[in-house]
Amino acid sequence: MTPFSFTRATDPDEALRLFEGNASYLGGGTNLVDLMRETIARPERLVDVTALSDTIEETADGGLLIGAAVRNTALAEHLGVRTRYPVLARAILAGASAQIRNMATVGGNLLQRTRCLYFYDHAGSRCNKRAPGSGCDAVHGFNRNHAILGASPLCVATHPSDMCVALAALDATVHLTGAGGARTLPFTALHRLPGEHPEIDTVLEPGELITAIELPPLPFAANSTYRKVRDRASYAFALVSVAAALEIEGGQIRDVRIALGGVAHKPWRATTAEAALRGGPATEAAFRDAAITELADAKPLSDNGFKVELVTRTLAAVLSELAGAAA
Amino acid sequence: MNIVDNAKLAAQAVVQGAMAKLVPLAPDSWIPGGVPDPLIARKHGLIGSPVSRRDGPLKVQGQARFAAEVVLEGMVYAALAYATIPRGRIATLDTDAAEAAPGVVAVMTWRNCPRMNPPAVFGSSPTAAGPSDLPILQDDRIHWNGQPIAVVLAETQEQADHARSLIVATYQADPSTTSLAAAKAHGAVPGLFMGTALLNEKGDAEATLVAAPHRVDHLYRTPRHNHNAIEPHGATILWDGDDLVIHDMSQMVTATAATLAGVFDLEPAQVRIMSPYVGGGFGGKGLWDHQILGAAAAKMIGRPVRIALSREGVFRLVGGRTLTEQRVAIGATADGHFTAIVHSGIAAMSAHNNMPEPFILATQSAYAADSFKLSVDTVAMNMLANTFMRAPGEAVGTFALESAIDELATELGIDPIELRLRNEPDKDPVSGLPFSSRHIDEAWRAGAEAFGWSARNPVPGARREGEWFVGLGCATGTYPYHRMPGAAARITLTRDGRAIVEVAAHEMGMGTSTTTAMVAAERLGLPIEQVEVRYGDSIIPGAILAGGSQQTAAIGAAVIAAHHALVGELLKLAGNDSALAGLSVADVGTEDGALCKLDEPSRRESYTSILARAQRDTIVVTEQASQPLEIQHWSMHSHSAIFVEVAVSSVTAETRVRRVLGSFDCGRIMNPKTARSQFRGGIIMGLGMALMEETQFDERNGRIMNPSLAEYHVPVQMDVPEIDVIWTDIADPHTPMGAHGVGEIGITGVAAAVANAIYNATGKRIRDLPVRLDTLL
Repeated sequence: MTPFSFTRATDPDEALRLFEGNASYLGGGTNLVDLMRETIARPERLVDVTALSDTIEETADGGLLIGAAVRNTALAEHLGVRTRYPVLARAILAGASAQIRNMATVGGNLLQRTRCLYFYDHAGSRCNKRAPGSGCDAVHGFNRNHAILGASPLCVATHPSDMCVALAALDATVHLTGAGGARTLPFTALHRLPGEHPEIDTVLEPGELITAIELPPLPFAANSTYRKVRDRASYAFALVSVAAALEIEGGQIRDVRIALGGVAHKPWRATTAEAALRGGPATEAAFRDAAITELADAKPLSDNGFKVELVTRTLAAVLSELAGAAA
Repeated sequence: MNIVDNAKLAAQAVVQGAMAKLVPLAPDSWIPGGVPDPLIARKHGLIGSPVSRRDGPLKVQGQARFAAEVVLEGMVYAALAYATIPRGRIATLDTDAAEAAPGVVAVMTWRNCPRMNPPAVFGSSPTAAGPSDLPILQDDRIHWNGQPIAVVLAETQEQADHARSLIVATYQADPSTTSLAAAKAHGAVPGLFMGTALLNEKGDAEATLVAAPHRVDHLYRTPRHNHNAIEPHGATILWDGDDLVIHDMSQMVTATAATLAGVFDLEPAQVRIMSPYVGGGFGGKGLWDHQILGAAAAKMIGRPVRIALSREGVFRLVGGRTLTEQRVAIGATADGHFTAIVHSGIAAMSAHNNMPEPFILATQSAYAADSFKLSVDTVAMNMLANTFMRAPGEAVGTFALESAIDELATELGIDPIELRLRNEPDKDPVSGLPFSSRHIDEAWRAGAEAFGWSARNPVPGARREGEWFVGLGCATGTYPYHRMPGAAARITLTRDGRAIVEVAAHEMGMGTSTTTAMVAAERLGLPIEQVEVRYGDSIIPGAILAGGSQQTAAIGAAVIAAHHALVGELLKLAGNDSALAGLSVADVGTEDGALCKLDEPSRRESYTSILARAQRDTIVVTEQASQPLEIQHWSMHSHSAIFVEVAVSSVTAETRVRRVLGSFDCGRIMNPKTARSQFRGGIIMGLGMALMEETQFDERNGRIMNPSLAEYHVPVQMDVPEIDVIWTDIADPHTPMGAHGVGEIGITGVAAAVANAIYNATGKRIRDLPVRLDTLL
C-alpha cells in the first residue's frame, strides 16, 4: 500500500473541496482498500464520503431517492425496496457476504472495478485497464468470467456488481455533483464499454461525486427478480446474472425490463430483447428467442462460450417465473 | 519375551537387512501389534468417549498465540517480492527506492543474503524436510514464476509491504516448460515415491483387458490445488547467539530443525522449532523458503524477524497438489468379476523435488482382480515444487478409479455397491499380505441403509424435482494405516500422581493433544485432568510427523514403549516391600493411579506410595517406539463408503450437494467428537475438489493467476449440506489402541461420489475435475 492522507467530508461541497490531485473518494472501502493493498490503486489522498447522505427518501412522483452513502445492507432491507423493487433487494443480497454488504455503500458499489485476474496481477501480468497500452493477457488467458458482449480487442473484462444490474433494469438515474455543478445521468449511461480506453470505467469527470441514485416509479417492478449463476452457492462473482421486471396484460407482454450481468464491461441493458418481447406473447419460446436476439452479436472467448447458452436459459427461466407470478 | 523385546530384535534384523524379507512371514507374535494392545479390550474408559478439545477455550478466546503472533523484542517485519518469469536470470534488481523508504532496515537479495547450503529435499533422508533442493536466494537464477527475489525488512509490516512494492526487477528469460503438452513432449519418467517405484504389475493386465467380455477404459484429469489453511504460513525467528529459534507452524518440527541445521551448518541441537498451534496443516505446513529466508534475514541484520506470508505469498511459495492425467481401465465378466485393472498416467512435478502424486496407491488394495497394471510417470515443468495435500495420491486416484467402477456398473447393469462387494478381496490383491482389519462390507451395508440407497433409480435423469434433476452416487474411499519409524515418548510421573507426556508431535486443530491425553491417561490409569501433554517442540526426543494420518499411531506406539519402561522402573523402585514384589512388567497393569497384578487386582501399590517410599519426587522415562514392522506384515488400510445426493439445475446446470453420508471403517474411534470433525472436514474438502477447487496456472508463463480466496474457490457455508458420519468402530487388533488414522480418509472417494451422483442425476459423465456447469449445460 502506498502512503496516503485521509480526510472525512461532512457534505458534498466539502468533499469536492477536499478532492485534490491524485485523490479518491472512499465509501465502505470494500473494493478500493483491496486495490490499494495490491497497489493497483495508488491514491495519495482519500476523502471519506460515508458521512454524506445515507437516507432513502420517497420522491414526489412515487420513486425513491437513495443517498450514495446508504449501506448495501440497509438498501436491501428497506421495505419499499423489497416490495416495490424486489429485483434490487435480491441483487444486493446475491452479492458478497453479509459483512461486506454491511460496509459497502451504494456509491461505492457503482464504482467497483473488474475482477479480471490479470487486472489484479499488478506484478506479473499485462492489463490495458491497469496500465494503458501494456496489452491484455486475458484475451488468450483465463477468460471464463469475461465478456461476450461489447468488448474491445484491448479489454474483455466484465463489471462485477450485482446491484448495478438491477439498477440498469430499473431505469435508475444517477445524481452527481462536481466542479461544473450538479447533474443527473441515466444509470445505463454511467458505465462505459472499453473501446480504446478500457482504463476509464465510467463517464464521471475527475472529482465528480455520486450523491444519490433515484429509482423512478415503476409499478410493475413489483413483479421483478434477480437470478445469479455462479460456481458456488455464495461468495462468488456472477458467471452470468439476469435482472428482470415483467408486466403482462391479457397474455401479452405489456412491458418488460431486462439487464444482464457478467457479460460485458458494464451492466448490460438488454434493449433488443425488450423490444422483441414488448406486445408479444409471454411464452418460454418467446423469451428464449428474445435472448438469442439479444446475443446475436456475442463474441465468446476461448473459455466462456458457455455463457451464450447460459444467458439464454437463465433469461428464459427468469421471465417464465415472472410470467407465472403475473398470471 | 514381551512385545518390545520382540520388536527390538526384529528391528535389529531389519537394520541388518537380511531379515526384511522375512517380516511378512514372521509369526504374528514377533510383530508389533501381534499381541493386541490391552487398551483395545477396555470398553468403558476415556477411549471412545467424546472429549472436547483441550485447546478449544484458548482458541476461541484468542489466547492461543500462533507463530505469526509471537512478539519478540526488537523484531522487524518481512515482506517478499516474487519473480514474474518461470525460468531465467535476474537482469537488474533495483532496490534503491525500497531501501530509502520509511522504516526500512534492509533489503535482502541474492547479492547480500548470507551464504547457505541448499536444504535437504524431503524424502532424501529420514530427517530431510526441504521443499526442493534449490539454493534459496543464493544466485540470480529463477526456477519458477513466483520464486522470492527479495526480502524487505522494516519496522512495521505496512512499511515492509510498501517498500516491497517499490522493488523493480528485470529478467533475462531462458526457455521454459510451463504447459502440460510441452512437458509431455519432453517425455515422462517413472515416478519414485519415498524411494519406491510407482509401478506394480500382476499378470498381463493389458491382454486380459482386451479379452474381457466387458470393459471400461477412460482418461480422467484432476487439476492443481493449492494449500489454503485458514492460517497463512509464517514464522517468528530469533538467533540466540549461534542458536536458531523459530516460532513456527509445523507438522514436522524435528525434521525441520535437522534440515535447517544443514542449511546453516549447525548441529541439530542448535536449532529449536516450537509449534504449539497450527491453524490447519493438510500437508502444507512443512519447511518452505520463508523460514530459511527469515532465518537468513535475522542473521544478516542481527534482529529477530517476523515473516508472515500474505495469502498470495502462500500461493507463490508453498506448493500444492499437482495435476494428474489418469487412465483407468477395468475388464470384467458379465457377472462383474474383475479380470483386469489398469491404472496408469502422469503427474507433473518440478525437476527439484520428490513428489510424484501417487494416485495408484488406493488401487493397489481396493479390489480383487486377476491382473493389475499400475504406474505413475512424471513429467517436468518449471513450477513451484508440488507437495503433499490431504490424501496425496488417494484423493485424486480414487476419483478416477471410483468413477470407472461406476461406469462399469452402468455398463454391466449391476448396482455399483453390489459390484464393489462382488470384488471384495480376501487378501491384499497385489502384495498378497493378509488384511489386518477390513470391514468395508459392513460400512457399505450400514451406509446404504442409513442413506436410503435402495430408493435410488439407476436410470439417469429419472428423478426430477421442479427444475432440479436429483441423483445419488457413491464411492469407496481408502487410505493406508501408516506408522513411521523414529517416534519416542518421555513420561514424567510425579509423586502427587500427575504425569507429563512429551511427544514431538503436532496439534494442527485435529485434536491430537486431547487424544494423546486420553490415551496416556487410560494407559497410566490416571484421570485425564492429571495428565499434561507437551508437544510441538523439537527439543522433545523422537520425531513424529503429522502426516500420512499416522500421528496417533506413532504417538500410541511411543507411549506404549515408554509406559512399559515406566512400569519396569516403578517395579524396581517398589522393591521387595511392596505388594507387587516379585512381579514382572508383563504381570501388572495400571489403574486408578496404581500398579496392580493383572489377575489379582487387590495386589497393588499406588504411584504415590511407590515414589514416597523410594523418596523420589519424580520418575522420568524416555523410550523409542517399536519399529513399525506391522505394516510389512499385514495389509493395513482404512476404508469408507461415501454417499452423495446432488441436485443439478436443468436451467443453469449448477450443482448443489444436498446430502452426504460417510460410513467409515477406520478401526476404533478414539474420540468421536474430534474424529467426526476430521471426517466432515475431509468430506468438505472433497466437495470442493469435486465442484470448484482449481489453481489457475497460466500455461503461457507458469504463473498462478488466482492467488486469493476470492478467486480460488473452496466451499462456503451454503455449499455444505448436512453431513452424516457413521463408523464400524471395529478395533484393528494389530494397531495401538486398535486405531487407524482419520485425517485423510475423509476426502478420499468424495469427488467420485459427487461425479457419480451427477451422472445419476443428468446422464452426463464428467471425467475432468472440477465439475463445473460449463460441462453440464
